[in-house]
Amino acid sequence: MKRYYFDYAATTPTRKEVISAMKPFWQKQFGNPSSLYLEGRIAKQAIESARNKIAEILQVQSKEIIFTNGGTESVNLALQGTAHYYQKEFSQPKIIISAIEHPAGLETVKALKEQGFEIAYLSVQKNGLVDLDQLKSLIDDQTILISIMYANNEIGVIEPIPKIAQIIKNFRTEHKTIFPLFHTDACQAAGYLDIRPQKLGVDLMSLNGGKIYGPKATGVLYKKEGVEIKPLIYGGGQEKNYRSGTENVAGIVGFATALTLAQKEKKQESQRLKLLRNYLIKNVLKNIPKVFVNGDLKNRLPNNAHFTILDVEGEALILKLDEYGIAASTGSACHSKSLSPSHVLQAIGLPAEFIHGSLRITLGKDTTKKDIDYLIQKLKKVVLELRELSPISLKFNEKNKESTN
Amino acid sequence: MKKTKKALTKKSKKQKSKKEADIWTKGNPWVYSQTVKEHFLQPKNFMKFGEEEKFQYNGLGMIGSPVCGDVMKFWILVDPKTEKIKDARWRTFGCASAIASTSVLSEMILRHGGMKLEQARKITPNDIIKELGGLPDIKYHCSVLGDKALRDAINDYYRRTGQYDKIEPEGSRVIDKILKITEKDIEKAVLDGAKTLEEVQEKTKVGLGDPSCIPLVEELIRFYKEKYNL
Repeated sequence: MKRYYFDYAATTPTRKEVISAMKPFWQKQFGNPSSLYLEGRIAKQAIESARNKIAEILQVQSKEIIFTNGGTESVNLALQGTAHYYQKEFSQPKIIISAIEHPAGLETVKALKEQGFEIAYLSVQKNGLVDLDQLKSLIDDQTILISIMYANNEIGVIEPIPKIAQIIKNFRTEHKTIFPLFHTDACQAAGYLDIRPQKLGVDLMSLNGGKIYGPKATGVLYKKEGVEIKPLIYGGGQEKNYRSGTENVAGIVGFATALTLAQKEKKQESQRLKLLRNYLIKNVLKNIPKVFVNGDLKNRLPNNAHFTILDVEGEALILKLDEYGIAASTGSACHSKSLSPSHVLQAIGLPAEFIHGSLRITLGKDTTKKDIDYLIQKLKKVVLELRELSPISLKFNEKNKESTN
Repeated sequence: MKKTKKALTKKSKKQKSKKEADIWTKGNPWVYSQTVKEHFLQPKNFMKFGEEEKFQYNGLGMIGSPVCGDVMKFWILVDPKTEKIKDARWRTFGCASAIASTSVLSEMILRHGGMKLEQARKITPNDIIKELGGLPDIKYHCSVLGDKALRDAINDYYRRTGQYDKIEPEGSRVIDKILKITEKDIEKAVLDGAKTLEEVQEKTKVGLGDPSCIPLVEELIRFYKEKYNL
């Protein structure tokens, strides 16, 4: 059966240009980059050329790029790394983090809290954008680090990173300090947005290959020169001691290729997907009763549509769609390993009975208008089937259809 | 000649890689058992749109809340002479396993000309899970609701027929017949921090006089621990 993939925020297929760039490094050029002889030097050169390429795209120095084994590791390295390096300079070190971060961030600060760090959670408004006034009130002279994601993985909302950076800069100037440091998780953003750290005003930035048509389990942490971190992994001292372990040469080469292509195509692809996404939202709202959209519609990734569908449960919805060849995602509790509903949807103030009926559709390179028409048709059918099974009928306010504010 | 040969190898290469990909799609692994899949995709005996006005019933039960993510409703038609369930309908708001477990429960009670009420009220979550061919531990609490909705409907039948002595309000079900320990007592013990059979026994002495109820007690401890996330 033909499959219709609508979960590009979960992961993307590796594109063929990336695969061909990676291929030589599995067998022919298999050397260990740390070796002195030819095979090693070739591998080393491949890594350094990838690093230079990425640095050029980000308009940063090559030595500011650290290769990791994925987005989660990059975020961990940024958060734990700075926390542990600078903690002795503070009496009660504090980290500010947004309430809608990926678990890579939230679970890490939970662990840091157990080690004695104070954690302050920055709320978001109903539209998913962080509360800047609250941020101003949270920053104090004990704040080591602020971590706010660039674009949210569930509702696709784009946070005002340059504005946040300005608030942080003002604090630093006023208090004559380099703190707080600023980290952004740009894993979802890299395919569609400008990710140059200086433009954004960030000190640390996490990227992930598996979201940009690159290989899974590849990632980068951008770390501004002068900012220091303690490593998570100790060993042979690769990546300037920040990340030991023999480098994933093929993965690094693949990541660089994927990022190059993603950034080159971002404008055109964003435009194409935005049209398709808007078409999808319009037609879902038109064709299916008791549905509304979550997250700000303007400040939003072009490929993300996120719905609440009343009186149906997300896991059942996903598995029914799956039978029609459709792959999509939900924030319903029943779907998760912990049985707790999406923290992002809780943070934007959705009541639990609405969270159970959430549906995330994320588009990508292979999505066509025809696919979207198919999705709308099947979604309508499946929702009707599940509503027939459902003994509940929640109240719905038509005005809420596009709950942007 | 050369050209054809090249084209052929290209084709066989393509076939080979297709075969390799097939290895991973062949099994089509599903999230739950085959029985769960069947009942989820083709639910049996559910209340269809428009059927509500026509369907004859004399017992109606409902349990759960949309906030928790599971709601189940059960309609039963009981033959007053035999007290057997002659027909039943249900509706469920919840995940795939919740839908499947209610569907399979409706089959269980309608088999062989219908189950007697006294027997139907004894159906445990484990009975349903067994029928489904197993459920992941984390999904255990979903299917528990099906039997509760059914017991609620059975109580409703007794209420409608004036047999008040037969009504067993949910939670007042006696687990240990010697010490008269109810479901509610077990629930309270778990909420008070008892996590194992021994700890619950310390608080309630359940099963000391009536060891036959111990498997049920263990099942209940597990259920309440998951329900309250303990």
